[in-house]
Amino acid sequence: MLATDPVAPAQRVALVDLLDRLLAGGVVIVGDITISIADVDLVHVSLRALITSVGTEQGDPGEY
Amino acid sequence: MGEHATYVYAVTQEQPALDELRGIGGSSVRGLPVEGLVALVSSVALAEFGAEPLRRNLEDLGWLEATARAHHEVVEASAALVVTAPLRLATVYHDDARVREMLEQRREELAAALARVVGRAEWGVKVYDDNATAAAPDGAVADDPAAGPGASYLRRRRLERDAAQQRGRAAAERAEAIHLALAATASASRRYPPQDQQLAGHSGMMMLNAAYLVDPPGAEALRGRIDELADGARYDLTGPWAPYSFAVLEQGS
Repeated sequence: MLATDPVAPAQRVALVDLLDRLLAGGVVIVGDITISIADVDLVHVSLRALITSVGTEQGDPGEY
Repeated sequence: MGEHATYVYAVTQEQPALDELRGIGGSSVRGLPVEGLVALVSSVALAEFGAEPLRRNLEDLGWLEATARAHHEVVEASAALVVTAPLRLATVYHDDARVREMLEQRREELAAALARVVGRAEWGVKVYDDNATAAAPDGAVADDPAAGPGASYLRRRRLERDAAQQRGRAAAERAEAIHLALAATASASRRYPPQDQQLAGHSGMMMLNAAYLVDPPGAEALRGRIDELADGARYDLTGPWAPYSFAVLEQGS
C-alpha cells in the first residue's frame, strides 16, 4: 500500500522516534494484561536516567 | 490461559503474506481474521509478558529496544502490503479467543481508523534551534562606566537573559508557524513533546516534534515546504512511517 522501502540497517529508525510512536501513538486497546499510562511515562523517566548513565560511561549514545 | 499469552502488533484490513517474518523473540507471526479485519499476533511467554515481568522489562532498555524493534518490524512489513493500524506497544491478551472477541467488539471503530489512513503515509518532522543555549557574543553588551562593577554585571546578565528569552520566543514562533503551515496541507497532524536531548542525542533545542499524515508523493512536497518555512533552521524529516500517530480510535478505550 504505502511506498515503504525495505529498511536497511544503516537507515534504522532512531529508538526515540520509535518510542514516541509506540508509547504515545498506536491504537490503544486495553488488553487483558495491562500496564497503565503512568507506567509508560515512568519508562521515559527511567530511560532518561539510564541513558544519562550510559552516556557518562560510553560517550554520546545518540548517533545511530 | 496456560504459559503463553497473545501479543497483538496491529490490526489490518486483510491478511498480509508474512510467512517468513519473525516477531518478538523470534516468534512466528500469524493473522487472526474476524469479519473483515485481521489481528497480527504472536504467542509470547507469560514469564516475559505477564503484568509483573512486563512492568519490570519495560524498565530495561535492552528489552524495550528489542521489543519495540520487533513490533516495528512486523508493523512495517504489514504496512508495506496492506492497510495497517499499529497497536500501542505491549498490547497483550490471554489467548487468541480474547483477541477475536476484542475484534468483534471494536470492529467499527477499528475499520474507521483503518479507513482514515488508506493510501496515506506518516512523516515525522523535528525542527531544532541551534542558538537557543548560546550566550550573547562577547562585547555585545557594553559596560556602563558610570555604574559600579556589580551593577554592570547584573545589567549585563539581565540583558543576556532577555536576549536569550527573545531568541527562544522567536524560535518557538517559527516552530509554530512551520507546524501550522504543514498541518494545513496534511490530512492530519499530531505534536509530540520535544524529545529529551540526552535520550535523542541531538544538539541544539528541539522546537518541534510532530507527525503529519500525507497523501503521496509526500516526502518531496513536505521537504520543499519545510525548506521554505524553516528559514535556515535545522530539521529532520523521518518516514514514511506506518500510521502510528493517526490510526487511532475516535473515542478513548
